[in-house]
Amino acid sequence: MKILVCISNVPDTTTKVKFKEGDSLFDDSGVQWIINPWDELALTRAMELKEDAGNSVNEICVIHVGGASADATLRKALAIGADKAVRIDACPADAYHVAGQIAEYLKENPFDIIFSGIESSDYNGSSVGAMIAEFMDYPGISSVTSVNLDDDDIQVNRAIPGGKQVLKTETPFVAVVQKGIAKEPRIPSMRGIMMARKKPLEVKPAVELEVLTESIKFELPPAKGACKMIDSESAEQLVELLRNEAKVL
Amino acid sequence: MNFEFTEEQLMIRDAARDFAQRELLPGVIERDEKAIYPTEQVKKLGELGFLGMLVGLDYDGGGMDTISYVLAMEEISKIDSSVSVIMSVNNSLVCWGVEKYGTEEQKQKYLKPMARGEKIGAFLLSEPEAGSDATSQRTTAVDMGDHYLVNGTKNWITSGKSASTYIVIAQTHPELKHRGINALIVEADSEGISVGPHENKMGMRASDTHSVMFNNVKVPKENLLGEEGFGFKFAMKSLEGGRIGIASQALGIASGAYELALKYAQERKTFGKEIIKHQAIAFKLADMATEIEAARFFCLKAAWLKDQGKPYGQASAMAKLYAAETAMKVTTEAVQIHGGYGYVKEYHVERLMRDAKLTQIYEGTSEIQKIVISRGLVD
Ligand SMILES: Cc1cc2nc3c(=O)[nH]c(=O)nc-3n(C[C@H](O)[C@H](O)[C@H](O)COP(=O)(O)OP(=O)(O)OC[C@H]3O[C@@H](n4cnc5c(N)ncnc54)[C@H](O)[C@@H]3O)c2cc1C
Repeated sequence: MKILVCISNVPDTTTKVKFKEGDSLFDDSGVQWIINPWDELALTRAMELKEDAGNSVNEICVIHVGGASADATLRKALAIGADKAVRIDACPADAYHVAGQIAEYLKENPFDIIFSGIESSDYNGSSVGAMIAEFMDYPGISSVTSVNLDDDDIQVNRAIPGGKQVLKTETPFVAVVQKGIAKEPRIPSMRGIMMARKKPLEVKPAVELEVLTESIKFELPPAKGACKMIDSESAEQLVELLRNEAKVL
Repeated sequence: MNFEFTEEQLMIRDAARDFAQRELLPGVIERDEKAIYPTEQVKKLGELGFLGMLVGLDYDGGGMDTISYVLAMEEISKIDSSVSVIMSVNNSLVCWGVEKYGTEEQKQKYLKPMARGEKIGAFLLSEPEAGSDATSQRTTAVDMGDHYLVNGTKNWITSGKSASTYIVIAQTHPELKHRGINALIVEADSEGISVGPHENKMGMRASDTHSVMFNNVKVPKENLLGEEGFGFKFAMKSLEGGRIGIASQALGIASGAYELALKYAQERKTFGKEIIKHQAIAFKLADMATEIEAARFFCLKAAWLKDQGKPYGQASAMAKLYAAETAMKVTTEAVQIHGGYGYVKEYHVERLMRDAKLTQIYEGTSEIQKIVISRGLVD
């Protein structure tokens, strides 16, 4: 059984966000790039499944649609333990474009399970996984919190408001995963880091695809107001401020 | 000259940082206060390959260069030097010596499990009467034909209790003075070895420092490291590399304290403004940042020389001297910047200050580094 993990290359979560070209483009100068946190958890779960002798998972591939600047991120995924990395050489335009590229790859290179993160921590698109399922006509399951394989019988849990749903499905399928899919991301081992260099990182040309949306402008949220400290004894003053100044009561 | 790190070196630095934040930071204050040995943390450090990162891949190590080692030591020491000293001794004093001078059998038997982090190594040079003056070894290893018979006491041994493999420096031919000294690999559970109580230390309280007593301990002849009489030279060579580890530890202690102080100075307000806006505090931070950067260059230069196969003894002595002095100074200032809060455990800087003191003492005191450096000037 083979697992494909979709990897988005995102700015480190502590990055100070700035825009350029009339606020139409993200200014990536000096930005530290990391594996999208949800994708990193998906990769961790994929690794756990591969290490578990109770199923037939034997290969993990990571895939990314983007430029060469993401290669360091892909090599980190290889250091964590993926067997192979594929980069579709394109400037990712929107979710449709990214999902379309990955679907093209899947048509030639079938996988049994496709993991995608519930969103990327940069553009928050939340759509790539579902679109891949649609392009491929595979079952697509969203908000996945666990994937278990018992002798290749697949059981998937989803988070739903106030509880969870347990599902069965057949391969191939797409799981759009969220928090809970793995406990915490794996730290690459020293050996893993040394081995990463020897693992394949394939670069594939992109296919022509229509871009359906165009980004016009970004806006940052308004700056946070100053913090007001209120004496712990003065509950009345707090209520007064909440009612008349913040107008939330 | 190239000041860029490779992608792998950065990956190792990040892995060490993530490990330190995730696995070492929780509980570090309690482990220090109650002197609890970091069993779980050292096990995980071994699983990730940090304990044998400098050992070649053929012997189950990480096959990393010394630059990567400096980066990893710095990150781990920012948070917990009790853990980084175990890593430093295992990597640069014990594994290094066995890999460099050991026989193939010794490497298979002793190096591999240490490189995998399954077993911990300790380096037994110091004695109650032989610290800076390491030539005056009183521990004896008498040649009995097919084995050595070891008697004596070693002091201040890092990982003295938790280690399974000891490298013991002992005198075999007193008449030859330091040329009669041997280095032996000794299994810690050999008959006749006893370990003294845990030293109740000022800093790095969670690492286990013990005296180790040898009473008629039989050590097979095949456990001799290098040639007969090579022991003292072996110890000095090991320490040359060890000092890069301790210098990087000192660097990490300094930069850990600096990062905390920089953050605090931007949050704490007095007289209506953040204390970093008072020039006296801002200039302290400027000095700290500058000295840390200089210490980092010293460490990286020594590591680079070692990786290039060039002589690095002088550079590692300078790195250790400068980084240790910087650590002491920077941590003291970090406490000062924190004011009263710096004097309590919760804010971490007082621990870093206590830890810093040790870097001026072990693996050659600052005074001894000056002897090494000054001798090197006229060689
Ligand atoms: C926590 C801890 C862990 C340690 N771990 C290990 C270990 O794992 N293995 C090991 O073998 N050892 C270890 N040591 C021992 C350490 O290396 C020695 O303590 C150190 O070398 C100093 O020796 P000493 O304590 O005997 O001091 P001394 O040599 O007695 O020095 C006392 C003072 O005199 C100064 N001095 C000495 N000679 C001269 C000189 N010629 N010129 C100028 N000044 C001089 C010293 O700098 C120092 O200030 C450890 C020590 C500690 C505290």
